[in-house]
Amino acid sequence: MTALLEARKIGRVLDETIKVTLVDDVSLSVGEGEFVAITGPSGSGKSSLLYLLGLLDLPTSGDVLIKGQSTHDMTPDERAHVRLAELGFIFQFHFLLPEFTARGNVMLPMRRLARLSQREQHERAGDLLASLGLGDHIDKRPDQLSGGQRQRVAVARALANDPALILADEPTGSLDSKSTEQVFTILQDLVDKAGRTILAVTHDLDLAGRMDRRLHLIDGRLASDASADVEVPHDEPPADNREPANA
Amino acid sequence: MADQDVRPTAKSSPIDVTLLLLDLAVTHVVARGRQTLLAILGVALGVGFSVAMAALLEGSQKDFVEQLINAIPNVEITDERREAAQQPAQLVFDDAQFNSLTTREDPRGIRNPIAVTGAIRANVEGRVSAALQVQGVIRYAGRDTGVSLSGVVPEDEISVSQIGDDMEAGLLTDLNSRADAVVLGDDLAESITAEVGDTVTLVSPAGDIYSYRMVGIIDSGNVAADAGTGYLLLSTAQVFAGRPNAVNTVRVSLDDPDTAPQVASWIESQFGYKSVSWQEANEALLESFIVRDIIMYTVVAAILLVAGFGIYNIISTITYEKTRDIAIMKSLGFYEGDMRRLFVMEGLAMGIAGSLVGAALGVLLTIALGQVEFVNPQSDDPITIPVIFSPLHYSIAIGIALGSAVFAAYMPARKASVLNPVDIIRGAT
Repeated sequence: MTALLEARKIGRVLDETIKVTLVDDVSLSVGEGEFVAITGPSGSGKSSLLYLLGLLDLPTSGDVLIKGQSTHDMTPDERAHVRLAELGFIFQFHFLLPEFTARGNVMLPMRRLARLSQREQHERAGDLLASLGLGDHIDKRPDQLSGGQRQRVAVARALANDPALILADEPTGSLDSKSTEQVFTILQDLVDKAGRTILAVTHDLDLAGRMDRRLHLIDGRLASDASADVEVPHDEPPADNREPANA
Repeated sequence: MADQDVRPTAKSSPIDVTLLLLDLAVTHVVARGRQTLLAILGVALGVGFSVAMAALLEGSQKDFVEQLINAIPNVEITDERREAAQQPAQLVFDDAQFNSLTTREDPRGIRNPIAVTGAIRANVEGRVSAALQVQGVIRYAGRDTGVSLSGVVPEDEISVSQIGDDMEAGLLTDLNSRADAVVLGDDLAESITAEVGDTVTLVSPAGDIYSYRMVGIIDSGNVAADAGTGYLLLSTAQVFAGRPNAVNTVRVSLDDPDTAPQVASWIESQFGYKSVSWQEANEALLESFIVRDIIMYTVVAAILLVAGFGIYNIISTITYEKTRDIAIMKSLGFYEGDMRRLFVMEGLAMGIAGSLVGAALGVLLTIALGQVEFVNPQSDDPITIPVIFSPLHYSIAIGIALGSAVFAAYMPARKASVLNPVDIIRGAT
């Protein structure tokens, strides 16, 4: 069986005044139904690796394969289409469009893909929001929602086009502990109950420990690839040393 | 699971995408009420003021030209020749010197005037009036006052000049009422204390004395003309001059005064008589218009340039502020082209709205300018500012406004659309 996502010796070098290596020769493969954590100290290239895997950024070497297909020679529009149809993103900051309601934001990727009719899109957005406990907030705009609610809207948006893979960059990074728990439980349910595949960057070792598999990065290199039964290396900042929550 | 093609198989229909982008554009524009209003106002002020300024400048110029055209005939044909006629001996002998030569007499007047006016009427779009100009002297209270008399067909003369509107008393057509009727300029009538109904005495060039009844008074506003002009019926003037059937001036008023030079040269080539267009008669004055035109177009262009810059400023600022949204939508899977189209649509929407408001503003400003009245110390008539409504002004102003709006939206949108969303996503948190 072809892996859902495969990275072949990918590297990313920032070629500015000084050459900075963000990601260095990383190879990995993620199968369907996995809940994978990417961990590592600050500046270890966790997010950079996620952006490369999510086709948001182009590797300077190597190739990323989605469902077995190379993305190396794709045009920007083809990569955009893969993001639209196959991938779902959740960022640390919700990144909802402020002018649109929760439903409007969730519908946005569906409307661009136009696989469903307008009515189906409308219903699906409502169902997704309701399933994430936001049934009462469907028609509210982001500024009328709390941080945790916004992040759940962002999760619903990531699910909009029924993507094969969900990529999350510190999805709970700007949330308080209660909302963190709520959002994490949702992600866990998506894997355990809905059989989805999630790749999440986190520096919260507590959360990482609850995932199926941890990829540990140090200085842009893959230092370890461990399943839940393997000990998590303890060379990181403590879990409570989180970045301050964003208002 | 076989290698499944993750590339777009069937692209979603372009119309769907356009509608989605349009909806996004409208939502953006409506949600940013104050900024949008500001942008629309910026466009509107630029369009409105440049249009009003152009209306004012071109209106005053057109008014001036119209007064010029109306003051004199569009084309005037006289019985003169442009080149002095060569004497028969000069044609036969080169470089010869003649003494005591008796020159051949050139008969005065336009030969066969009915054929000339007929040919002009048949070939030129306009109106024609044949006249006999003759000098006379008014004898009053022991003083002789020179007067230029025009013998005219009143209906024809009214059709080629403003004289019909310049009558202070009586009508020019009253000349038809009796064979001895005369119409005089108001200053002339005043100087001889004659009033309508009085009899005035005129001496012809041959020395004959005629008495005419004054039936009307002209006030053309030109003192020099009003102090020395009189009108007679053409046939009466021919008797007064002792030249039966003679005509020495043909005046033409054209439907399109701009064609006067061509008409004049055509007439001259046909009949040989000197034909002067109003442009030729006012050559020096028209030359000064070139400078005026340069000033006018410079001012209007400057206003449009400033307006265009303002539009660019506002719309590009708004687009820059949306850089984050561009990154978000790109990360969701929107194409780079989508983003450019989206922001060009937004710029265009604001440009169109602003242009419409601006056009309305321009109309209102132009009307308001046209209402302003000044008191002229030289006359009782108040002066109004002449303005014109030209579709060309509106199209140019709107064209430049829309152009700068689209350019202003496109430039930053293009820059933002090729940006790596990662740069913005990293920076935004």
